[in-house]
Amino acid sequence: MADGGFGRLIGRRRHLLGIGGLDSRAVLAVLDLAETYISLARKGGARDVLRGRTVLNLFFETSTRTRTSFELAGKRLGADVITMSPSGSAMAKGESLLDTATTLNAMAVDVLVVRHDQAGTAALLAQKVDASVINAGDGAHEHPTQALLDALTIRRHRGTLAGLTVAICGDILHSRVARSNVRLLSMMGSKVRLCAPPTLMPAAAAEWGVEVFTDLRAALREADVVMMLRLQRERMSSAFVPSAREFFRFYGLDREKLALARPDALVMHPGPMNRGVEIDSSVADDLAHSVIEEQVEMGVAVRMAVLDLLVRDARRNA
Amino acid sequence: MKTLFRHVHLLDPASGRDSLGSLLVVDGRIAALDPPEWPSDAAVVEGAGLCLCPGLIDLRVGLREPGEEHKESLATLAARAAAGGVTTLVALPDTSPPLDQPALVEFVSRRAASFGSVTVLPMGAATKGCAGRELAEMGLLREAGAVAFSDGRRAIAEARTMRLALAYAAAFGAMVVQHPQEPSLSAGAVATEGLLASSLGLPAAPAAAEAILVARDIRLAELTGGHVHFSPVSTSEALDLIRAAKARGLRVTCDTAPPYFDLNETAIGEWRTYARLSPPLRSEADRLAVLAALADGTIDAIASDHQPQDTDAKRLPFALAEPGGVGLETLLAVTLNAVHHGSLRLLDAIALLTSRPAALLGLECGRLAPGAPADLCLFDRDLAWQIRADDLIGPSRNTPFDGRPMQGRVVGTWKAGVKVFG
Repeated sequence: MADGGFGRLIGRRRHLLGIGGLDSRAVLAVLDLAETYISLARKGGARDVLRGRTVLNLFFETSTRTRTSFELAGKRLGADVITMSPSGSAMAKGESLLDTATTLNAMAVDVLVVRHDQAGTAALLAQKVDASVINAGDGAHEHPTQALLDALTIRRHRGTLAGLTVAICGDILHSRVARSNVRLLSMMGSKVRLCAPPTLMPAAAAEWGVEVFTDLRAALREADVVMMLRLQRERMSSAFVPSAREFFRFYGLDREKLALARPDALVMHPGPMNRGVEIDSSVADDLAHSVIEEQVEMGVAVRMAVLDLLVRDARRNA
Repeated sequence: MKTLFRHVHLLDPASGRDSLGSLLVVDGRIAALDPPEWPSDAAVVEGAGLCLCPGLIDLRVGLREPGEEHKESLATLAARAAAGGVTTLVALPDTSPPLDQPALVEFVSRRAASFGSVTVLPMGAATKGCAGRELAEMGLLREAGAVAFSDGRRAIAEARTMRLALAYAAAFGAMVVQHPQEPSLSAGAVATEGLLASSLGLPAAPAAAEAILVARDIRLAELTGGHVHFSPVSTSEALDLIRAAKARGLRVTCDTAPPYFDLNETAIGEWRTYARLSPPLRSEADRLAVLAALADGTIDAIASDHQPQDTDAKRLPFALAEPGGVGLETLLAVTLNAVHHGSLRLLDAIALLTSRPAALLGLECGRLAPGAPADLCLFDRDLAWQIRADDLIGPSRNTPFDGRPMQGRVVGTWKAGVKVFG
């Protein structure tokens, strides 16, 4: 935010393409504003912040949680929210992505929320559309609003992110959530540990400035926060891991392994969970540790804040 | 018809000539160097110190005709070659349909010849359909003019197939050109494994995917007595293996392409699909190793690996974009960059573009000698300019070098004594 705006400037608009485009002041600006939106997110009282603005959710990849969260966030602030899920059509293949951008420009959309299975799609669209683009997940690259909502959730419980030991565990290789969280948490002074079977750990993970583990027990020791990632079923069919039961035995979070973390450790999961694969129900549902439901709630508040900041900036520059 | 080039800096790696002089062309062939008398009926090209070298011989060019003429026709290819000083090029067989039929090989060379500016020497498919299973009719393809055999941008994956191809091609005196990327490790990969690819979340293959296939095929060349040529080579580890194989006297050769000694993976930046190449751009350490292997002779040729892709194929999310970059027009300039940076001697650089690829294929061109075809490239070794994609001959302008400042440029090209560019 050194130049006074939030997000990455491409063309005439600012965009949230990744945590990689933010500095710590920008992160704090989102978190502080999101705090003020929590009760509003809860109560559902509409406001006039985004009245007359159009938010378009463009989800090339299926999603329930993130899409609904953005829809709610937009509506809570009074925006017109439209959702398109062109999966299965020719568009999903990416061929006519830029035709889509042209169409959207003609519709004068203010904010475009995009999810796609290819890394770099949000950045590509940001170059071609007049709207502010929010990356809601692009391949294995970034999912910035997830990292922001995770940070908000942690900060509400611990008061700060600095100095905390956060263990991110599971399929790191294919995870945009892990990449965004590593960037954000490292920037805010947390100590980040990554844990995965070697087949699901990027070869260069040690160069990310994190501690790398293949033994979940070692990774959990004295951790303040445990983030479990979803193991997608297709990873098993492509032989990254031998079976779900073997994965659960060594990399699934259960009570016994969680006991190695700090007694007040937070358990997080970006959802949707595979119970009995990466996380045991006894842990996922244990409200003494699990803040998984709260993450969903914080998601709406964080997305309200991001929409507000981007539109505010566009208005200032109009 | 006579043409006299005078006051030119003659560069002929085959003879070691590297000095000012003159050159006389009569009826499409070089008649004399430094003729004692200048004929009065000759057209004169006043060199004023410009460099004159044999027309460049490019060992690796992707064709888009037949099959994808909207990306590049043979007519456009011929124009681009002339603009790059390239007078002979070796074409990959992975067109659509692939060059696995003698008639297709003849079609390509004959049609290209009709434009008059460049000799196109097609490779034949090593396997039917370039599909990697059954051997193509190498003997018949060779008779039709195929100069080597390859499956193009697709590696011959099966060790057994590669063994048979090497053994069989040897009977017809041809080399097998292998794209050295181990296919199962490289499947779906669009970048080299490392910090950059992992940060961008791009599917990546380890650099070792190259050395792994090179190691196997060196062993198969030894087993069969065949000649394997790796194209293009881009990693330190693979080059070490090739260097060692050559020291043992095996029939192993290789080329590289300008992106692999002028750029590293950071050229990808944030999703620049023009820098999506196959093999993918490598680390800085690998780039330096390629330069060292050019200087010490391990690499036999610099080829453009010209791969035209139009906007529709490139304006996509990075991993969905087609790989490849155009390179004919910039081949000499980017190579001269390595000379100006002190990594390569000028005459060695020209050898990698002329006499050495000629020797690999037993061609009579690629040298400045009486009797040789008057295929010539005149260039200004110091002219400063900038590569701009928009300035290239279209429709495919996918250069990974867009925006790079250059020093040195082709100013004239002659094919069999006829000026075709400049």
